[in-house]
Amino acid sequence: MKKLLLGNEAIARGAYEAGVTVSSAYPGTPSTEINENIANYPEIYSEWAPNEKVAVEVALGAAVSGARSMACMKHVGLNVSADPFFTASYTGVNAGLVIVVADDPGMHSSQDEQDTRMLARSAHAPCLEPSSSQECKDFMKIAYEISEEYDTPVIARITTRIAHARTLVEIGEREERPLREYKRDIKKFVSMPANMIGRHVYVEERENKLQEAASELSINRIEWADKKVGVITSGAAYNYVKEAMPTASVLKLGLVYPLSRKLIEDFAKEVETLYIIEDMEPFFEDTIKAWGIPCSGKDRTGVQGELFARKIASRFEGAEEAGPMNTPGIPNRPPVLCPGCPHRGLYYVLGKLKLTVCSDIGCYTLGALPPLSGVDTCVCMGASIGMAHGMEKARGKEQAKKTVAVLGDSTFCHSGLTGLLNMAYNRSVGTVIIADNSITGMTGHQNNPANGLDIHGEPTTQLDIIKLCEAMGVASVRVVDPFNVKELEQVLREETERDGLSVVISQRPCALIVKQPGIPFISDPDKCRNCGMCMKIGCPAIRKTETGVAIDPTQCVGCGLCQNLCPFGALHTEE
Amino acid sequence: MYNIVIVGVGGQGTLLASKILGQLAMNNGYEVRVSEVHGMSQRGGSVVTYVRMSNDQPLYSSIVEQEQADIVLAFENLEALRALPYIKKDGTMVINTQEILPMPVITGAVKYPEDCLERVRESCKTIEIDAVDIAHECGTYRAANVVLMGVVAKMLPFSVDEWHKAIEQCVKPKFLSININAFDRGYAY
Repeated sequence: MKKLLLGNEAIARGAYEAGVTVSSAYPGTPSTEINENIANYPEIYSEWAPNEKVAVEVALGAAVSGARSMACMKHVGLNVSADPFFTASYTGVNAGLVIVVADDPGMHSSQDEQDTRMLARSAHAPCLEPSSSQECKDFMKIAYEISEEYDTPVIARITTRIAHARTLVEIGEREERPLREYKRDIKKFVSMPANMIGRHVYVEERENKLQEAASELSINRIEWADKKVGVITSGAAYNYVKEAMPTASVLKLGLVYPLSRKLIEDFAKEVETLYIIEDMEPFFEDTIKAWGIPCSGKDRTGVQGELFARKIASRFEGAEEAGPMNTPGIPNRPPVLCPGCPHRGLYYVLGKLKLTVCSDIGCYTLGALPPLSGVDTCVCMGASIGMAHGMEKARGKEQAKKTVAVLGDSTFCHSGLTGLLNMAYNRSVGTVIIADNSITGMTGHQNNPANGLDIHGEPTTQLDIIKLCEAMGVASVRVVDPFNVKELEQVLREETERDGLSVVISQRPCALIVKQPGIPFISDPDKCRNCGMCMKIGCPAIRKTETGVAIDPTQCVGCGLCQNLCPFGALHTEE
Repeated sequence: MYNIVIVGVGGQGTLLASKILGQLAMNNGYEVRVSEVHGMSQRGGSVVTYVRMSNDQPLYSSIVEQEQADIVLAFENLEALRALPYIKKDGTMVINTQEILPMPVITGAVKYPEDCLERVRESCKTIEIDAVDIAHECGTYRAANVVLMGVVAKMLPFSVDEWHKAIEQCVKPKFLSININAFDRGYAY
């Protein structure tokens, strides 16, 4: 039976069919739907972990104890989990362990264009890369075979255009895998120097063995055509090469690390001109050049942005260079905080108080855009707290009283706890605002420890943020509704002036999880004085007219924030 | 082979439209590739979805590029103008004539172009429809996406029964009758 599956759904299906029994992940675009789909299989234990490091440790523990397991994340999540990942490469696994990592060339929803193949190489872990949903499913099974045969964690690397493309997949049956025997093995699983010196020898031998075997792997294949031009490629780039260069011979790599030297040398010998066409870094090209094989590619495509078929056709086949994909010179449409978003009230007040705002990763990063324009920094998960603390230590506590850290509930659980503990421990003066909307919002509404619901939406132990902060030694913890702008302003004035560490929990659920939207507001033209107060909050439902404002009833969710700000009582629901 | 580009504003229901098209093509034995946008731009930003279907040649790429689209389905006027480079010389743009102001317009930094539709009409064939209004008459403005499916149906080689079946496979049972009605209204437009 064939089904039309997202690459991410197909990854989940592949893990299911391969007999995986444990999956742990933290959501991150473009990887989120993998674990969401895993959660639909009752045969697999699945969970949202607070962060990717925990997810990899959970998956490693499951694998070491004998179960096929998986961790999933976006590319920057692998940075967070690099510590267990790099050492897991030394300890090896027992049952198969696959870490699925989704890269984002073109930065559709990410802060950088990091190439996971480089981390796989650094850790000496094999890396596979599929080109379609069918391959997503098939490669997962092969990844588990490699993981077990070579006793190594394996990276399955996908990119946005594979993760979020639906293509046809032949569905198969699940093969149950009985637990492998678990035996204490101190020399293998205890990462003390004396043990790991021996394991490093194994890692090098393992990699050499896999590199030898790679020329016979079915997922590396040559598609012979005209031998004037040969192309080595993988992943989404393979799809574009097939469309743009139909006459070229193609070596399609499924195992993108380690590279099969024999296969590449044999292919290179047969073709007159060799091009390497790959998204992101010149990962294949650098290695192949280092082997003394003449080739080129990156000089024509660069390392920035995505490859496309027309780009390849023009750079390699002499076709006309395509113009821009979008009509130039017209207004952009950047993403915005949704109508009814609780963060809007928070950023309005932060702007009014003219505070320096160290923000973080989440929907609330959008508070950086006009008209709110209320963010000074955003770097990585949890950085808001560390950076606010650093600013205080550099510029003194008077600066700290004009500075706040802002991060969401899920981001706080992910990487904020240790930063806050550092502030308490190192006598920081500062205010941390936890924008608690009871959900992991930007990635499409996943539960997390702070909302007390598990991956299936079932009640579980809920983190008590107030008690946690108090236990850490935070001097003052207060909870306030960000739509009560007067109270929020008062609380923030008091807490930022405090000569110590405080946490303000700005608490209101995400507008998209509130099931029944309120009644849309209307503007009363007799009362509106056209003062512009309601335009300061950047609500997409409110537009200016010649005489005042109009509210779009298809967008307004009746949150009432504009009403709270209107000095003339001109905004209200229809009587 | 058909290349279709669906453009709109995050939250307008463009993903359901691509899901229905993909399901329909698969049901009818076509090779299918659908490329979606998830994540940040879904929050009220410009969203673009590609649908490719073929029963005569292999498909590799999931992306429709410049001058390759047989049909551009635009859910909003400014997004229609933005998507103009996608359309083939003899392609058709189906436009839901709605204006949603982007934030730079709301803040007054730039003006919403008044000639969006004129500029599109100069470049390609258009079918313009107030799908939100029709959907509202069917029971909810949220079914505008399925009204547009009804318009597109006349340009693709699938029977109304096949369309109804694909819609049934993609929407929740309790919204089925509203959506079938919305589709039929679009088809009759």
